[in-house]
Amino acid sequence: MSCCAPGAELCFDQTKSSDEEILLSSRALPDGLRQIDLSAPDIHCGGCLQRIETALGKLDGVAYVRANLSARSVTVQWRGDTLPPLLPTLAAIGYQAHIRDVGTDGKDPTLANLWRALAVAGFASSNIMLLSAANWSGAEAATRDLFHWISAAIALPTLAYSGQPFFRSAWRSLRQGQTNMDVPISIGVLLAFGMSLWETTLHGQHAYFDASVSLLFFLLIGRTLDHMMRERARRAVGGLARLSARGALWQRPDGTQIYLPVDDIEPGMTILLAAGERVPVDCRVISGRSELEHSLVSGESVPQPAVEGTELQAGLLNLTAPLTVMATASARNSFLAEMVRMMETAETGRSAYRRIADRAARLYAPVVHATALLTFIGWMIATGDAHRAITVAIAVLIITCPCALGLAVPMVHVVAAGRLFDLGIMIKDGSALERLADVDTVVFDKTGTLTAGRPLLTPGSGSDATALALAAAIAAHSRHPYSQALAAFGAGGKPVRLDDVAECPGAGLEARSDENVYRLGRPDWAIAERSRDPVDRDANVVLSRNGDCIATFRLVDSLRAGAQDAVAELKGSGLHVEILSGDGDARVRAIADRLGVGFAAAARPADKVARIAAQKASGRRVLMVGDGLNDAPALIAADVSIAPGSAADVGRNAADVVFLRESLQAVPQALAIARDAAPLVRQNFGLAIAYNVVAIPVAVLGHVTPLIAAVAMSLSSVIVVANALRLHQGSPIRRPMAPTCDRTAALNYGPVK
Amino acid sequence: MIDYFFLVPIAIGMGLAGLASFMWTLRSGQYDDLQGAAERILFEGNQGPVVEKRPVAGPDDGYVR
Repeated sequence: MSCCAPGAELCFDQTKSSDEEILLSSRALPDGLRQIDLSAPDIHCGGCLQRIETALGKLDGVAYVRANLSARSVTVQWRGDTLPPLLPTLAAIGYQAHIRDVGTDGKDPTLANLWRALAVAGFASSNIMLLSAANWSGAEAATRDLFHWISAAIALPTLAYSGQPFFRSAWRSLRQGQTNMDVPISIGVLLAFGMSLWETTLHGQHAYFDASVSLLFFLLIGRTLDHMMRERARRAVGGLARLSARGALWQRPDGTQIYLPVDDIEPGMTILLAAGERVPVDCRVISGRSELEHSLVSGESVPQPAVEGTELQAGLLNLTAPLTVMATASARNSFLAEMVRMMETAETGRSAYRRIADRAARLYAPVVHATALLTFIGWMIATGDAHRAITVAIAVLIITCPCALGLAVPMVHVVAAGRLFDLGIMIKDGSALERLADVDTVVFDKTGTLTAGRPLLTPGSGSDATALALAAAIAAHSRHPYSQALAAFGAGGKPVRLDDVAECPGAGLEARSDENVYRLGRPDWAIAERSRDPVDRDANVVLSRNGDCIATFRLVDSLRAGAQDAVAELKGSGLHVEILSGDGDARVRAIADRLGVGFAAAARPADKVARIAAQKASGRRVLMVGDGLNDAPALIAADVSIAPGSAADVGRNAADVVFLRESLQAVPQALAIARDAAPLVRQNFGLAIAYNVVAIPVAVLGHVTPLIAAVAMSLSSVIVVANALRLHQGSPIRRPMAPTCDRTAALNYGPVK
Repeated sequence: MIDYFFLVPIAIGMGLAGLASFMWTLRSGQYDDLQGAAERILFEGNQGPVVEKRPVAGPDDGYVR
């Protein structure tokens, strides 16, 4: 290693977190301890837990290690200000790890609250049901009154505690002058309790404490499962490596260096940017020469050179050599912040999607409440007995309380999300499934979405095996994407001895072996003037010996695994597919022709949003699939969006669905499952309506007793849940060819000690 | 009738005890890693549950571990 690129050989892992970053992300605990959560996606068995805990536990200063198999993460606490070598230790035993970004404390208070509410409702409903069973089998008046009072004493605190999620949501919706499903639920539960209390004071025969509490219990089951599904997806996405810089090394005028969080960087500061780091804020190069990868920021697949004076956008990846840069904007005004502002604009322009359950509630609530009112009036006219009329009217509300309706949608979504999860597809929100099922247009980004973002090497004619092996050996010394593609091509070949390899940013690599000087890189740099040939100059990369060309290489952007099949499948199912890329015309055309779809090239982020808005305006329902920073506003603007796990952080957060496996097959798979789920949701609504058609006349005629109410509501809930579970045997889904998690490898990880 | 004064409180008390123990398991983080817990019972060695090993709880989660 010599002249041009000191340090370039050190950074082979693109998502490596520095010690400064870990310290910055860790949080202080009492007693001088610090804690960090790391994500280690390779954890896959009990043996892994033990290896990690043993290895890290031995390090000096480490006070506590706990690996988590479900979340594939490791929590470490250590004492003192110096960081133990956590990542190198993990890497040495075979686990790549990175800092985990999961909110502030990694816990979800809402889920814990739902669990507690569910436990309380479960306790109360089982106890009240026991007491009610005695009453149904005909207890004497005194006993019945006593049991009613005990039931009331249990039900009141339960409603006050477990009912909160429903009452809050209903109140919020009423205040905005709308109704959602929680409004009839809250009214039904509260009226059932109120009437039962009144009956009890009058020593009446019928009390519905069991109905009101078990209703809450059933609905909370649906609500908790629904939340767990979203939480699981959120955690899986949160465990992915962060692709934007957390901070940067600031060189102060006096020469000292400090690692600053990205929000504290001010314009005018001098920043040292090592190879392999991402640009933290918009800046200008003041010294150094390097190449930067733009694929996540602009969609350009070819790395661009940077010299003194080049303006850099936040989010670019510095590939080959360290740079000294001067910040020209703070984080608030950087390119990333501009994207976030565009996303906010797109968000406000998007008409709010009304979930199918809320649309149903809008029809349902008035019908039910009008029926109850008519029943009251009818009984008043028929009998003139106000007490009887009110009792019957409330019984109508209780029996029509949308228990099954409240479960109809969440249960189907939970089962669908479970199937998607098994395929490595994370869905963040139930309504995304409804929107996916309606899609008729699919828009793909190119770089990093349709293509793997890694160039594929094709040797030119006349390149022999020895030359290829030599090129691969030289290329292994650089982290430039072209070099990595070349090195991968020659992996496993005969080792070649090289004396000295140096990288010259923007040009290529120079190596010495015996008396010869080899150059691998740009044709005009590697080949001496005297021996130039137009054919060689056409190649992307050449290998030369003492100025004479001995091998040429062409690098083409390789398609992501499954892209061809996925696009064919989408087109086959009648969807309109097109490419919307920020890359140059020729490169987009090459990919579009291979896939046989239309395209638009050189689109800036605003162009992408405008194009999607135009398609939406013409009545299409658009699915956007993209990964870059520049795609983030378009992901928000589309009706529904999918991002690969390798996407920029902002894109990942903006998308409704994130797939973690390599294959693009995830897109047709997600669409297929969403389309399986849609009819089940409709069937469940149909079942709930059929139940009401039978139950309402019985209630209106005054034949409903608490026993009938309990049986009818439980039965309808069970039927709806059973119907949702049918989604498990939906249409067969083709598995991706190469799952990222190899289960058989997991089994061979050595004995568990 | 007098039997109720024993039996009903006993029944409800048992229910409450079950509820309380569930709350305790939830608070002490026993559902944090269900897959991992299933594997850990196979580990040899006589180290007790991790509750004893952990020096302090996080400042803001308030869980007793």
